[in-house]
Amino acid sequence: MFDFASFIPRAVVQGIPLLFGATGETLTEKSGNLNLGIPGIMYVGGISGVIGAFLYEQSCGGDVVPALALLIPLLSCLAGSLLMGLLYCFLTVTLRANQNVTGLAMTTFGVGFGNFFGGSLIKLTGSAVPSIALSATSSVFSRSLPFAADLGWFGQVFLSYGFLAYLAVAIALVAAFVLRRTRLGLHLRAVGENPATADAAGLNITRYKYAATCLGSMVAGLGGLYYVMDYASGVWSNNAFGDRGWLAIALVIFTVWRPNLAVLASILFGGLYILYLFIPSGMADKELYKMLPYVVTIVVLILSSVRKKKENQPPASLGLPYFREER
Amino acid sequence: MNKERHFHISRRKELPWYRAWAIRGAAIVLALLVCALVTMLLTGEDPLRIYATMFAGAFGTARKAWVLGQNLAILLCISLAVTPAFRMRFWNIGAEGQVLISALACAACMILLADRVPNWLLIVIMSAASILAGAIWAVIPAFFKARFQTNETLFTLMMNYVATQLVAYFVIVWEVPKGSGTIGIINQSTQAGWLPQIGDSKYLLNILVVGVLTILMFLYLNYTKHGYEIAVVGESERTARYVGIKVDRVIIRTLLLSGALCGVAGLLLVGGTDHTVTTTIAGGRGFTAVMVSWLAKFNPLAMIFASFLLVFLGRGANEISTVFSLNHSFGDILTGVILFFIIGSEFFINYQLHFRSEADYGAPGSERPTEGGKGKAHV
Repeated sequence: MFDFASFIPRAVVQGIPLLFGATGETLTEKSGNLNLGIPGIMYVGGISGVIGAFLYEQSCGGDVVPALALLIPLLSCLAGSLLMGLLYCFLTVTLRANQNVTGLAMTTFGVGFGNFFGGSLIKLTGSAVPSIALSATSSVFSRSLPFAADLGWFGQVFLSYGFLAYLAVAIALVAAFVLRRTRLGLHLRAVGENPATADAAGLNITRYKYAATCLGSMVAGLGGLYYVMDYASGVWSNNAFGDRGWLAIALVIFTVWRPNLAVLASILFGGLYILYLFIPSGMADKELYKMLPYVVTIVVLILSSVRKKKENQPPASLGLPYFREER
Repeated sequence: MNKERHFHISRRKELPWYRAWAIRGAAIVLALLVCALVTMLLTGEDPLRIYATMFAGAFGTARKAWVLGQNLAILLCISLAVTPAFRMRFWNIGAEGQVLISALACAACMILLADRVPNWLLIVIMSAASILAGAIWAVIPAFFKARFQTNETLFTLMMNYVATQLVAYFVIVWEVPKGSGTIGIINQSTQAGWLPQIGDSKYLLNILVVGVLTILMFLYLNYTKHGYEIAVVGESERTARYVGIKVDRVIIRTLLLSGALCGVAGLLLVGGTDHTVTTTIAGGRGFTAVMVSWLAKFNPLAMIFASFLLVFLGRGANEISTVFSLNHSFGDILTGVILFFIIGSEFFINYQLHFRSEADYGAPGSERPTEGGKGKAHV
């Protein structure tokens, strides 16, 4: 019998970073910005949290105050990802640079930034510890409800996660609601579909693009933080985050730009990512299983373009810069 | 906007090339200063020594210079590959996958056919297989783009990871020795399927091949009917249709070419120098090539300089990391900083800022932009 009670929690913890990334990227793309820097931003978010936590843990010598151990990494993560979002907006919105090129440069920079500080933090701060293991901070982040363990499979499947996991679901649901049911969401979608029309209707295109992209970057950055602090128990190892950032972008397409679908789809993707552990297979086959998320994304992309259903299309001006005087 | 602003922005007419390059040059100098500052803060060394170290890392020994040439050749080859597609605004960011899949095809031929066919035939087969594999990988998204308008940026991006996982799969299937997780050097003893070496360096062949390809691509884009059709489709699909260009066919044909050139890069990497295949054999160059092509404004000759700049930076930063015992990702940070500056500088090439003096306020009808029509994409 397939062991769902242990499979689902592992799929969920794999899926949560993707959910953060996908929600952030969906917000960004709805404003017409195709931010291919998301993988880099997630690295920066993760390492910023690590730097904050590391400096704090070093300064107080292991005696951490839970509230501060929570707030400091959280805020430094948000600040780091916000700076990346601002950089992207400044280049693509204010300076109207090509979005693909800017995004790819940000990914190069962000991944390098994460690995560099991950690899050199100890040397740069002159600390005496052998590796970055933030167990005190991590224990705060991964703390689950105290009675979860007493509830058997129910507790294991639904209640065994750190608070960031629930935050991810909440952010995704709120984002879905705002995008589909509020005037603000309508305006944002208008900016992404046809900025010239939205501009004529009196919306400030620049402001919407900046706000959506920066907010999206911060949400995506939390994915990196969750990965290090909760999933990896506070241990930073270079390149461990891998290609999850790209998988998050795939998830955006897979869910046809709907964060509420992403809640379940991220768990599905997380499940596909670790399916090989639960199915008896050779070493080689697991690489083919890892291919599945990308293949199903391609299939969704093709099907949605073949069926041409209006509500399942990418935002019409996705990837295009907007310049009012150039129409 | 209701408020009067102190300046407004307008699109420039074509800037003379020397001014455009002066702006880019200034951006690069500025970026290098920032990089030196960052390096100085992290290492405490004086900037001149840092630059000397970078230079030594790129050209210090004959071997280093050859490696620089090899990296330059491969990056240039992939940049050439993506360029025709970009000229028609088809954002092929799947070069990474196209190179990987052709590298895999090449390695497959070397492994499976080594003892069955004579060496010259093996080289012919593996060349054909690599080029074909790259072309197929590129033409799949092109077909759906042409037929159903499927978003090509996202499609080609996903194809990269399918290719990566396929390579990862076959690396384990063919691993030597079992359990090592790598293929090792293919046909080490027989050298079957190794591309012939010209002169002393195994890198010379690659450099020559890419040199020829650069010139051919320049001619193809600027002096042939195909090149012209690509330019028209890129400028406006409707115009292209109106003048009788079959847009679907141009898209598919161009992507076949794009993928085939990535195939050449894969062939040169596996058959020419590495003689093995790994998931990181393309090393992110599929993405870097996007930036090279764009920096060079899709001009194959300017791409030589753009890829030289990026390769030089990468090698130089690598040397800095080694000498000052920093993490090797330092190079990525420097590359990122320089790219940001160059990307930003394009604004000052394409647009002009008009500052208003006090006297301009209230002047009737002064400099109000005319509006109308639909937003147009530019690259």
